[in-house]
Amino acid sequence: MIRVERRTHVPRWLSWLAPLAGVLLALVVGSAILALARIDPVEAYVAIARAGYFGGAYALSDTAVKATPLLLCGLACAVAFRANLWNVGAEGQLFLGAWAATGVATFWLPEDTARPLMLAVMAAAAMAAGGAWAAVPGVLRARWRVNEIISSLMLVYVAVRWNNYWIYGPWSDRGFQLTPRFPKTAWLPRLSDLAGEVSAFSGLTVHLGLVIALAAAAGIWVLLGRTGWGYGVRLLGANERAARYAGVPIRRRIVSVMVLSGALAGLAGMCEVAGVVHRLQEKFSPGYGFTAILVAWLARLNPWAVVVVAFLAGGLLVGGREVQPAGIPLMLQGVVLFSLLACEAAIRYRIVVERGPAAEEAR
Amino acid sequence: MTTADPAPTATAPAAVAMRGIVRRFPGVLALDRVDFELAAGEVHALLGENGAGKSTLMKVLAGMLAPHGGEIRVDGQPARLRSPRDAIARGVGMVHQHFMLVPRLTVVENVVLGLPRPRILLDLPAAARELAAQGEEVGLGVDPAARVSDLSVGECQRVEILKVLYRGARILLLDEPTAVLAPGEVEELFVALRRMAAGGRSIVLISHKLDEVLAIAGRCTVLHRGRCTASGEPTAGTRAADVARWMMGGEGDVPLATAPDRPARRKPSAGTAALELVDVEARRDDGTPALRGVSLRVDAGEVVGVAGVSGNGQAELAEVIAGLRPTTGGQVLLAGEEVGRCSVAERLDGGLAYVPEDRGGVGSAPGLSLVDNLTLRSFRRPPVRRGPWLDWRAARKEAGHCLTDHDVVHADPRQVAGQLSGGNLQKLIFGRELAEEPRILVAAQPSRGLDLLATAAVDRRVRAERDRGTAVLLISEDLDELERLADRVVVLYTGRIAGELPGGSLDRARLGRWMTGVAAGEGP
Repeated sequence: MIRVERRTHVPRWLSWLAPLAGVLLALVVGSAILALARIDPVEAYVAIARAGYFGGAYALSDTAVKATPLLLCGLACAVAFRANLWNVGAEGQLFLGAWAATGVATFWLPEDTARPLMLAVMAAAAMAAGGAWAAVPGVLRARWRVNEIISSLMLVYVAVRWNNYWIYGPWSDRGFQLTPRFPKTAWLPRLSDLAGEVSAFSGLTVHLGLVIALAAAAGIWVLLGRTGWGYGVRLLGANERAARYAGVPIRRRIVSVMVLSGALAGLAGMCEVAGVVHRLQEKFSPGYGFTAILVAWLARLNPWAVVVVAFLAGGLLVGGREVQPAGIPLMLQGVVLFSLLACEAAIRYRIVVERGPAAEEAR
Repeated sequence: MTTADPAPTATAPAAVAMRGIVRRFPGVLALDRVDFELAAGEVHALLGENGAGKSTLMKVLAGMLAPHGGEIRVDGQPARLRSPRDAIARGVGMVHQHFMLVPRLTVVENVVLGLPRPRILLDLPAAARELAAQGEEVGLGVDPAARVSDLSVGECQRVEILKVLYRGARILLLDEPTAVLAPGEVEELFVALRRMAAGGRSIVLISHKLDEVLAIAGRCTVLHRGRCTASGEPTAGTRAADVARWMMGGEGDVPLATAPDRPARRKPSAGTAALELVDVEARRDDGTPALRGVSLRVDAGEVVGVAGVSGNGQAELAEVIAGLRPTTGGQVLLAGEEVGRCSVAERLDGGLAYVPEDRGGVGSAPGLSLVDNLTLRSFRRPPVRRGPWLDWRAARKEAGHCLTDHDVVHADPRQVAGQLSGGNLQKLIFGRELAEEPRILVAAQPSRGLDLLATAAVDRRVRAERDRGTAVLLISEDLDELERLADRVVVLYTGRIAGELPGGSLDRARLGRWMTGVAAGEGP
């Protein structure tokens, strides 16, 4: 007889297998959907892989550009999720960060500010704005136990409207729905800037934001694993009552985790406007802050794994765009989410095959 | 008529005969070919450590769990019990440890709730009369019109028993019925049980309190790790030590927790108490008063026990001292310093250690590793903490020492705490708290749910702390434990101190009256 029973404990290797199985399952389900749309799935996947991962320096550079905001927002989600705080509003915090960086670059500091100073102030402003935006659900949660999932998500829509107000109104460039271009001093250096010295770098748009994001991953890893603050965060995530019992100041810790999470997402917004679009405009993000939730989850909230998953997801965005501008990457993302949820549930159970008389008697 | 006839008559079939019962759970063989026989009209004790399979066996008999093998006969007839409804149709009813009553309804409403008959019109007065008569017959009187929320714990238990009797049960399974009762209430329950048995009903009593069981049961069956180590032994002539040996699997002698040679207690110092509460008031989570002016003091080197029936403010008392619950009045003093407004961290730094009642929910993070769990206190001080940094090498070293010193049985320090057994988790918590060399130790229900060996280990640790000069506040619902450990015992009743007794062998009649709110002098 075959029975399905709940596991008492999920082994570590299995908990890492779930995301892999989820992605594989997503590819299978996705190919069925592609086949229904009369697209050869193998051909589509090969095209995506070629454009996203194996297309040489240009493709890799494009993938890295897309991976940068995903990585920073993925870290933002991972930090909050580790504390069992469901900040799903990284997208809004990213918008606020972009808005603050734009304000500094275009309307506050003079054009001839030294580039390092300009970029540093932009980053600081972006992190402060993103952090403040995330502090709202953080304080509501810490003080009055307001569900942070709903409040952080709702604030995304407020942030988008906030941005629209500024680009349609006070900051509009001659009536267009975008701000004037940043001065060159507010551009994050790109590899292509060095094309004069190394000709191979010409046309590569990957920018300094990637380095910032990788440094952030290292920083988060150290913070969570090696500091008393990070230990408190993990304790809070594992068992809030035990954290209180251990003397962790719960309310303050909730707010500080949310601020850190928002600051990382805000930094992603700064990198995007200073590294890619060089101005604030509508829809400069294709939902990086939302995809990042999936990235963090697939990475099991491990900062180094976030780096890997962010690159894979970035490649999917680039490659998918080659095949079909909007449909396929989004479809695959959705299918990955559902497959992942299915696999997460499945690993909590196991299948037991029984033999012998006991099995027969049990009906 | 003799109570509890040990020998079932050969002619009448046994009320229940279970043969070769097998039941598995993920990773565990909970019942391994267990035989159990219940004679008509007897009180039969089912004994065993936690996890021995007592409750599982009874749930199989009550139709709540399907056996994976074996045969069940009720009154000599093969029985297939697929649900509690099947079981009650054969006359088998179970009274659970945790009550399943609707507080807003009256007693009679609770009793008829869920009955298949009548389909349309319910004659509550008739049901109430029938219930009252039944209660009279077995000696478990409860006013059928009383609201359940107004009843005491003991009365709620009566309602649970009456509920099962009203459904026609002739075979009653009681899961640890005495765990929630005050001493006087235990006596009343036992009188009723004897009466029911004399009236031809058969009763199974699950317990791990040996003395109690030997006093009431005619025979006992002992389980150890899912196997029978004694089956239907007459209790007459059986010593507690024999039963204890069976409970441990029948190997050698068992170091039971016993009353120690108590060193002459030092005279309470006239100076500042290590822990003092002055008119402390606090509220429950729902805002109702939990503590209403509690004053007590604990001196260094003294164990003060807090007795009481569950829910009379003990949980809140511990939380108030630990800083997990705000006071609404009065003062909490640690070594003479008022700490009412201090954070948990400041109290820990002031020399407080706390072994909470809820080991998995408060005292540990079951999803984190043993090392993580053992760092719960040390992460705030050197050598583990250096400025903002944590030195995991130092933390692992301290954790390793703690695991060895307190013989926590484990596979790997990196395994998650949730995999430890209850006894080993408690050893870990004790070890972690005592490693900080506290001056005040608050322990809430420290041996609840632990087996004999683990209980003895808890006793040793509490005594060692007392001898080291720590002030110990021991909150317990287990009077035996208080008797073994406490130098003084205070009784908490509805958030007030109802009385105080010196330690040692306790005057249980007085204690029982205080615990149930019967004013001194009024009782029998």
